[in-house]
Amino acid sequence: MSRAHVPAPAAQALAPLPRRAFLGTAIAWGAGSVAASARGGEPLAARLPDAMTTPGGADLPYGQPSVQERKVVRHEHQDAGFSVWRSPLENQRGIITPSGLHFAVHHSGVPDIAESGHALMIHGLVTQALRFDLERLKRYPMVSRIHFLECAGNSAANALSPFALNQTLGELAGEVSCSEWTGVPLSYLLQEAGVKDSARWVVAEGADAASHTRSLPLDALLKDAMVALYQNGERLRPSQGYPMRLFMPGWEGNVNVKWLHRLEVTDAPAYSKDESGLYTQALADGRIERFAFPMDVKSVITHPSGLQTLPDPKGFFEIAGLAWSGHGRIARVDVSVDGGASWVTAKLHDPVLDRAFTRFTLPWRWQGRKATLMSRATDEHGRVQPLRSEWKRRYAMHSFNHYNAVQSWRVGTDGRVENAYV
Amino acid sequence: MFKWLLRVLRALCLGALLGFSALHAQTAAEIGLGLALESAEIARYSITVFPDGRNLPPGQGSVLQGAQLYQEKCAVCHGAKGIEGPAARLVGSGGFFSWRDPLRPLRIAKYPLLVLSVGASWPYATTLFDYIRRAMPRQAPKTLSDDEVYALTAYLLQRNGLVDADAVMDQQLLPQVVMPGLARTVNAWPPS
Repeated sequence: MSRAHVPAPAAQALAPLPRRAFLGTAIAWGAGSVAASARGGEPLAARLPDAMTTPGGADLPYGQPSVQERKVVRHEHQDAGFSVWRSPLENQRGIITPSGLHFAVHHSGVPDIAESGHALMIHGLVTQALRFDLERLKRYPMVSRIHFLECAGNSAANALSPFALNQTLGELAGEVSCSEWTGVPLSYLLQEAGVKDSARWVVAEGADAASHTRSLPLDALLKDAMVALYQNGERLRPSQGYPMRLFMPGWEGNVNVKWLHRLEVTDAPAYSKDESGLYTQALADGRIERFAFPMDVKSVITHPSGLQTLPDPKGFFEIAGLAWSGHGRIARVDVSVDGGASWVTAKLHDPVLDRAFTRFTLPWRWQGRKATLMSRATDEHGRVQPLRSEWKRRYAMHSFNHYNAVQSWRVGTDGRVENAYV
Repeated sequence: MFKWLLRVLRALCLGALLGFSALHAQTAAEIGLGLALESAEIARYSITVFPDGRNLPPGQGSVLQGAQLYQEKCAVCHGAKGIEGPAARLVGSGGFFSWRDPLRPLRIAKYPLLVLSVGASWPYATTLFDYIRRAMPRQAPKTLSDDEVYALTAYLLQRNGLVDADAVMDQQLLPQVVMPGLARTVNAWPPS
């Protein structure tokens, strides 16, 4: 697909709006208000909105979003016995996902675990098997880092469905979110236990009903893993693993074991159920790929996106989206409004962090004609998002994990936006 | 006199600074807040079974016993034959939906998790024992006896054509079962 690889300016379609247009509108509105306030002796309340004439209600001990935003919630989907809760990415701005909107996949429900009685056990190929209760664990030095978290099976619908499903971005690709995670570097705890020379892997286990378990390479854990206790400044929520979870930046969601209670240091992986079945990829040649941990470079346009309608009047619209890579920082995002015929480099907004959401935008003047919007991210290691056709060539027809192909949105003349395969 | 006092104060400050830097330089191993984990507690929680059979408990179970248990405990979610779902597919080697089925892509889109079965994709038989014991039945996990888990393991291996109908599984025999998924396995870690 050589056409996709030469960025060329689509000058007219993407020309930024002159600043004066906004200023003109603002001045006209201000003049109208002045005229209205010139009327005679009626009390102020008669001409002002209710909110300005009635004392407000009480606040809450734990704040909640406006009731006007009650439709901005996670989408639940049930499949094969476990539930998936997807983030409404199309409603979010910035790079931090509110904790209550963070995606979640539970293999065996959300356990109700109290801090007291819960502990992290480290044993196996260590000099001294250790136990860390929460009271002690919280006294260790902690680090805070902003990272995305993405389910291995995010965007499975686009991977599997032979036609593009007409759904919102959240429904299609909402198994990804980004938070500030705070916790104890796992290396502190492993070093204290004293890892033996023969140790190569660590089997991490959760304290949920199914004791969810994954085998992870020791070297990578020592470098990057934390035992996360806090998310976005508050203690983890139950659906994110309260009272503690393993966190491995950039790696597929399910290895970030929630309700973590046991780490067994071993010389070999256990080939647990999920590394044998669910979180493996059937390749096009019939081989089955296991232990593919990092999520690859990916981006999605959040505004405008599926089931949204471009506003009337036509004219200026800011294309905005999110990009991330499990291998490092985002280096650039190219955007096309003509189905990949031409590409323009979008603006990346600070902060551009390692293995975190990066927000990108591009001004666009919509003329009311059909358009196909696409975004294609490149990370600092030169990894580029593939087109859907390129991704499908690598994996078997029924494979759905690690889907990171370019997401396309088709805009109709009526302004309606739909999922599209290009 | 004043100079002397200054010198003392400077020394005190330096001492305080050194004290702080010593704290910062302290290695994790010296924090030492972890408590010794008793071997009885390890034994109580350590359930992971490894591909070579390490940590398999004593006990045994036959295909015949497993067949009956399967219908009682498992069929409601996995189907009478282990291929119908709605929970993950247990039996079969070539894909759940027939290649001649014109609606195959749609069916796969609806039940993606059902495509590859235990018999098709899992590389080691020990994983069956590990998972059934820790996670099944879904509404009452960890309620089966080790003998019952061996029996269910034996039955599912037999349904996949990997052991005979009169087979009995135990901690010696289970690791010896050769799974088709092993030959198809390619590990992405360490990255090449």
